[in-house]
Amino acid sequence: MPELLLEVDDLSVSYLTETADIRAVEGVSLSLRSGEFLGIVGESGCGKSTLLFAIAQLLSPPAEVVSGRVQFKGKDLVTLTEGELRHVRWRDYSVVMQSAMNALNPMKSIAAQLADTIRAHTRMTSDAIRTRSAEVLHLVGIDAAHLESYPHQLSGGMRQRAMIAMALLFTPQLVIMDEPTSALDVVAQRSLMTKIKELQTELGFAVIFVTHDMSLIAHYSDRVMVMYAGQVAEIGETDSVFGRPLHPYSKGLLDAFPSIRGPRRPLTGIPGTPPDLARPPAGCRFQPRCSEAMPACSTIRPELYVVGSSDVRCLLYAEEQRNAV
Amino acid sequence: MNSDRVSGAQEAVGPLLRTVDLTRHFRLGGLFSKRILHAVDDLAMTISEREIVALVGESGSGKTTVARLLAMVYRPTRGQVFYRGRSVHSLRSRKDLLWYRGEVPMVFQDPYSAMNPVYRVAHGVMRNLKLHRPDLEPAQRRQEAERVFDTVGLSPADDMLKKFPYEMSGGQRQRVGFAQALAVRPKLILADEPVSMLDVSIRAGILNMMASLREQESVSILYITHDIASARYVADRIVVMYAGRAVEQGPTEVVLSRPKHPYTQLLLSAVPGPREAAAPVSADSGEPPRVINPGEGCRFRQRCPYAIDECARVTPLLRPMGPVHDAACHVATPDSVEAGVAATRDG
Repeated sequence: MPELLLEVDDLSVSYLTETADIRAVEGVSLSLRSGEFLGIVGESGCGKSTLLFAIAQLLSPPAEVVSGRVQFKGKDLVTLTEGELRHVRWRDYSVVMQSAMNALNPMKSIAAQLADTIRAHTRMTSDAIRTRSAEVLHLVGIDAAHLESYPHQLSGGMRQRAMIAMALLFTPQLVIMDEPTSALDVVAQRSLMTKIKELQTELGFAVIFVTHDMSLIAHYSDRVMVMYAGQVAEIGETDSVFGRPLHPYSKGLLDAFPSIRGPRRPLTGIPGTPPDLARPPAGCRFQPRCSEAMPACSTIRPELYVVGSSDVRCLLYAEEQRNAV
Repeated sequence: MNSDRVSGAQEAVGPLLRTVDLTRHFRLGGLFSKRILHAVDDLAMTISEREIVALVGESGSGKTTVARLLAMVYRPTRGQVFYRGRSVHSLRSRKDLLWYRGEVPMVFQDPYSAMNPVYRVAHGVMRNLKLHRPDLEPAQRRQEAERVFDTVGLSPADDMLKKFPYEMSGGQRQRVGFAQALAVRPKLILADEPVSMLDVSIRAGILNMMASLREQESVSILYITHDIASARYVADRIVVMYAGRAVEQGPTEVVLSRPKHPYTQLLLSAVPGPREAAAPVSADSGEPPRVINPGEGCRFRQRCPYAIDECARVTPLLRPMGPVHDAACHVATPDSVEAGVAATRDG
């Protein structure tokens, strides 16, 4: 089994405002092995992006890690200073942001932006920078001629590829991706996912892939984590989460997608809306929207119960766990 | 109801709305620039009463331009839109324009920016009622506002009407958008990507609501989307657009089960499904087509695995592939031919 690369332990992040303490991420634990592909899915406001920013140590006030550790290659990233982080960031882990449109500087050529990144983290001759830049562009399937191009001259798919090229400059062991395909058309999206998977197999980096589109990662991730209202609702092997979802929320999410193949079945969606994190409901956070809620759900806060190879935060499985023990 | 409306209704023969050679070009750069963006070219589509038609295409395919042409935001460069037999862009009087805009309202993509944040959500609905249905008394207006809020699933309507947009979730705001459209007693709602900004768990509710509006309020809907799976879920008929041209159209199930145009086939193969096996991946990287001075020929030919010489010379027009199924492709073979070939083989 490959070595453990990242271990997030009981991580909580709050947005501290004058009037409220909004706990966007609460008690999230996860581990990631070298070369593993972890998908994180959830709706907007479930804390998935905050979690990802906390792991990458990119949070800015009013967001703050209030407890927990992010153990990466033996170091706790939470306790590192900005100076120490500079040596780890981008060399050992990198981040691909959601919207390449906003993440690339419209005033600079791709070559200049790649060179900036390289110079910020290491010393290299201009020739070496140029060679490396051409190499990474080639990796993601962009012709080196586009080094001189400006972002507006590239298509959305190419810009997103350029962002990935930038993330791969130092061949990091972990690439964190925040919805990199959400602005793309389906065909471009499919092509980019295939490229990411290809690169991952070739270079062996681990991926944390955040998305709101569950169907996107079904064929690419090793494990899936479903987040709801700042907490882990379910985490397990991709096949078991998609094949036999345990948490009513995961089931609901899967049933919310219309399908283009097979019979047309009525979609139910999930009634209601996600809770206000400043005032989360008592007991289970999903209980007000849950079709399988029991009286106990509104009073008891469910823990993560182990069911087969998955962990699930739902009282339906409390019994199962007790029987197993 | 005034007499004009009645006579308008009596004219209705055939489809509710029909476009003929509908074309919209945009000139890029200065007045004398030669760079012309072909947003929509020669679109001929129809929408019948109580029909949900999905206009499917990727970003830049011209689908929103079509919506804006139908909503009279743009004037067509060429071609016409006929609504109940009347040419829409030659309507001139205030009364006629109000009539058309009342019968064919639009629902926008982004529920977060489509509403004025300083007014309660009742404002938009009440304004629409005042403008388009001046015969109603104030008390009746309020009643009617509550009725449409109930219809779109915003209840208790009385409380919901008093909310400000920021007090509502995205799904609720999108329902307000539909309520505003419904208040004017529309015949056809132009819905431009009404669910793309919403979370998946909320989308199903809006799609179901659209389907029930057709049942309860007898409206037709033009559902504009990039998501072919949701189009399948609600639409009776699908029109697939690529680079400003309709490349395929027909009943939803026919188009999806027997796609004729290579672009439709590519699109279908790329759609991810959480519970389906992955389809084989094509080498296509999804590069957008050229729509600035595109010239003659099929606009999909650079990406098309079946392209022949003719594709570069002659622009393919929609031709019948089945009884009610058309595709614009030189290579595609109609159903009857296939069936004929199969029959010969069998014999």
